[in-house]
Amino acid sequence: MFASFMMNAWITATIVAVVGGVVGYFVVLRGSAFPAHAIPKGAFAGAAGAALLGISTLIGLAAFALLGALGIGSMSRRGRHDVATALALVLMLALGAAFLSRTTEYEPEIYSLLFGEVLGVSTSEILPTAGLGIICVAAVAVIYRPLMLSSVTPEIAEARGIPSRRIELCFLIVLALATAMTVPVVGALLIFSLMIGPPAAARSLTSRPLLAMALSVVIALVTVWVAIAASYLCNWPIGFFVGALAALSYGAGRAWAAWRRTRTARPAPLKATYST
Amino acid sequence: MHQAWTAVFEPGFFASSQVHIAAAIGGVVAVVCAVTGVFTVMRGQSFAGHALGDVSAAGGSGALLIGLGPVAGFVGLGIAGAAVMDLIGVQRLRGRDLATGIVLGAAIGLSALFLYLTSATGATTGAVQQILFGSIFTTTSGTIPAVAVLGGISLASLALIGRPLLLSTISPDLAVARGVPVRLVGVLYMLSLAVSVGLSSLTTGAILSTALLIGPAAAALRLTARVGWALGLACMTGVLATWLGVLLAYDSYYWGSSHAGLPVSFFIVAVIFVTYLASGLRQARARVSNSVPALPAAAGQRDKLPA
Repeated sequence: MFASFMMNAWITATIVAVVGGVVGYFVVLRGSAFPAHAIPKGAFAGAAGAALLGISTLIGLAAFALLGALGIGSMSRRGRHDVATALALVLMLALGAAFLSRTTEYEPEIYSLLFGEVLGVSTSEILPTAGLGIICVAAVAVIYRPLMLSSVTPEIAEARGIPSRRIELCFLIVLALATAMTVPVVGALLIFSLMIGPPAAARSLTSRPLLAMALSVVIALVTVWVAIAASYLCNWPIGFFVGALAALSYGAGRAWAAWRRTRTARPAPLKATYST
Repeated sequence: MHQAWTAVFEPGFFASSQVHIAAAIGGVVAVVCAVTGVFTVMRGQSFAGHALGDVSAAGGSGALLIGLGPVAGFVGLGIAGAAVMDLIGVQRLRGRDLATGIVLGAAIGLSALFLYLTSATGATTGAVQQILFGSIFTTTSGTIPAVAVLGGISLASLALIGRPLLLSTISPDLAVARGVPVRLVGVLYMLSLAVSVGLSSLTTGAILSTALLIGPAAAALRLTARVGWALGLACMTGVLATWLGVLLAYDSYYWGSSHAGLPVSFFIVAVIFVTYLASGLRQARARVSNSVPALPAAAGQRDKLPA
């Protein structure tokens, strides 16, 4: 499975896992599971539209991902955040359905855009993917401190003058960028599993942010590598293995945390005597 | 006069049996979704409502694979998914969305597998599109009994737990103090959500399932703080949006020279979206005139609190 035509998949998957692990840490911290699902799914609709117009699907992906991020950001100013996410998502999907109704040709491509395709990566795509990945990680590094503060204690961040809405928008845009670059191997629908399972497991293991981020990357790497290997061996889609492994790592993390809690349970406090 | 009439209602609209079925099924589904949706938006469970649509679709693909009827697949896996979500979910909002996401990810993975296995056996083409997007125009009159039964079950169960559900949504602590079995009520809500969403995904497709669930309810809750009014407004909005969408989709076949038309889901979503944006105008105007009406207690503030 390490033949030259597979190397592209390994390399791209590694980049995807690193970005997924880093961005995913904040997805879990901020509770942004819904946007992390909605933005890639909406981006897929853009890819379908781009394919229809004959331009690069990466452009369609990026355009709709950004559109989704901006839509969610602007609508959540006036309404509930989860409602904004849901409506932005269905609007993009509806546009995608409209695009797709114009053609009947693209089914295999649709499938691999959604669920991932091991052999779907060409050598010429590696460099742009790596470039976008570096931009994503660099963006996280740049806004790291305000992002951490506004994720953990929003009120203190506001008091310190950090505009939480702008940070939220920046984060959504980083999420959109991460989405656009991860489709070739893992597929639009499963990148979000990578951004949820491994980081949640990592956070169950440690509460120190940088350590958790590193662990999250490691677990994501293991997940993607095992998924590629398994997919290569039995031909089942990568997406299936990613979803299953993400659930497993989440479950393992929860089990570990529960076990830790029983280990460190304090003994029952002595009965206090109250004076009447 | 006649020309104006046919411009709006293209010839054959009222006679077409496809339109009748679409309007009937769409109307019922819109009502079920609107009622469920009001509670969903109030509880901040929009992600679960959307996720169960994808989980149901996975059930649909699985049913297709083993030759089981679609209803069993959609509703069956939907219920299982809702049960798992509730089981592993935690009470805090962020943890709950995470659990929802994990179940969703696993379900999507299963979807991928089922669709792959289906195509490997050389079954129907267009399965991906059908399951993902669905179409209200392709449902047959044979599903009307299932729609009626499932819709009835969902509405009945919501009516049953309505008041305790409302109390535990708005003020969980007060509900516990009053002796409401909050956890049980929560599970029952999730199950009826699963039935509603399974029903709507099956008949109208994944996109409309979420749109009809969230859109009208969210718009209604922005316009009124009273739950009864919100329920009524949401139902009305949902049904009107569905019928208008059906009309526009039917008309669109006559537009332009290509006579291709656009999918009905596109039009219904567009109408719902515009309605939601319009419902925000009232708040915007009120804000401008400096007399902000009190927002409903549960809407809009809960998810801004740190978990």
